[in-house]
Amino acid sequence: MFANFDFDVIRRSLGYLFFDGMTFTLTLTGLAALGGLIFGTLIALMRLSGFKLLGRIAGLYVDLMRSLPLVLVIFWFYFLVPYLGQWLTGSSRPVRVGAFTSSLVTFIMFEAAYFSEIMRAGIQSISKGQPAAANALGLTYAQTMRYVVLPQAFRNMLPVLLTQTIVLFQDTSLVYVLSIPDFLGAASKVAQRDGRLVEMYLFAAAVYFAISSAASFSVRRLQARISIVR
Amino acid sequence: MNYHWNWRIFWEPAPNGTGTYLDMLLTGLVLTIETAICAWIIALAFGSVVGVLRTLPSKTASSVSFAYVEFFRNLPLLVQLFVWFFVLPEILPQSWGLWLKQMPNAPFYTAAIGIGLFMSARVAEQTRAGINSLPRGQKLAATALGLTTAQAYRYVLLPMAFRIIMPPLTSEFLSTIKNTSVAITIGLIELTAEARAMQEFSFQVFEAFTAATVLYLLVNIVVVTAMRFLERAIAIPGYITGK
Repeated sequence: MFANFDFDVIRRSLGYLFFDGMTFTLTLTGLAALGGLIFGTLIALMRLSGFKLLGRIAGLYVDLMRSLPLVLVIFWFYFLVPYLGQWLTGSSRPVRVGAFTSSLVTFIMFEAAYFSEIMRAGIQSISKGQPAAANALGLTYAQTMRYVVLPQAFRNMLPVLLTQTIVLFQDTSLVYVLSIPDFLGAASKVAQRDGRLVEMYLFAAAVYFAISSAASFSVRRLQARISIVR
Repeated sequence: MNYHWNWRIFWEPAPNGTGTYLDMLLTGLVLTIETAICAWIIALAFGSVVGVLRTLPSKTASSVSFAYVEFFRNLPLLVQLFVWFFVLPEILPQSWGLWLKQMPNAPFYTAAIGIGLFMSARVAEQTRAGINSLPRGQKLAATALGLTTAQAYRYVLLPMAFRIIMPPLTSEFLSTIKNTSVAITIGLIELTAEARAMQEFSFQVFEAFTAATVLYLLVNIVVVTAMRFLERAIAIPGYITGK
């Protein structure tokens, strides 16, 4: 079964796979997690702000994003981002947007919905006495959030946020539908060029498995370490 | 915006000869639902068995199911589908591989099985959480009554556990429906793929994707409503099940 397994095709393409493919995947994962966390926190704050309309809009956005498949959202933004760019810059025709920017915008907007649910749970897990005490000390709303509520919420939710980031890392492989050479896309390009599907896909699977399981193992250790605090 | 809107496009005939563009999208919707239901049956069957194994006192059973869950959770779904679709027929004995390659509707079977196994790891985690959330006394009382382990699971633990995990199972089912769209990469022409095809034929990209979005939302609403009824029907008196 593995008699004509060609290890050389993997060795020959290592540079392309990791320097081009994996760099794209990891950069996209990192920036999308950061952007998703920032926007997600803002959405969570909108939902908990007490302004009915603001909360409703944020809630609708989250529900919409969470009920759509990521592949459809990727297609949506791929076609929508040029028009958004046109609208933002006020130019007369749709703006040309690169593959990376387009997928980054997609993943930030998509993940923001998921991160916002995590941050909302985190904020709600802080006891009422905390913001009340901050208020009594004379802190403004922004200061209360910045110095009291959000640091604790973020800390409590860190394992969940990291787990979501691992899911995001796996999901970035879906940019394949736009023929973008992320790690899987690069592997698939080599596979089709050299007719070596078995080798390349098994190798890609092994790499994804190694990274994800190492990451989820570390998250579990982290969780065990910080869960004793209270 | 210099985009040319044309909402009447749905009633125009599609060039692939299967009727209007709306018919095309609805065919995709049906395939999405069929794939999702087949995948969900596989996910529930495998997931509950693996989840139960995880809670048994046997070390072997628990490590086997741990390995199963880790395997399916740490690989992106897309990679799993590629392995089932492109790699499996090559590494099987030649005659089996040939049979797999010549199978009609191969993308459908691959998607149903691949997505089913992928989701089964998640169902297993939920089942385990449900069983572990029961008070220890339940298992002890069942044993004290003289039930065997199998009977204790069948009559005491599982009926309770499944009711408790109903809300998370609903969202896992919704994920299964959404995940069917990943099978677009192995050539399954489900809803997202039909929307994409409509965009390529007609250039009405936003109408096509809006229609797909609305259809996905409708499916979601139907599933959530149905599950809410089911949850209420099987709720255990005295328990706060669900939210």
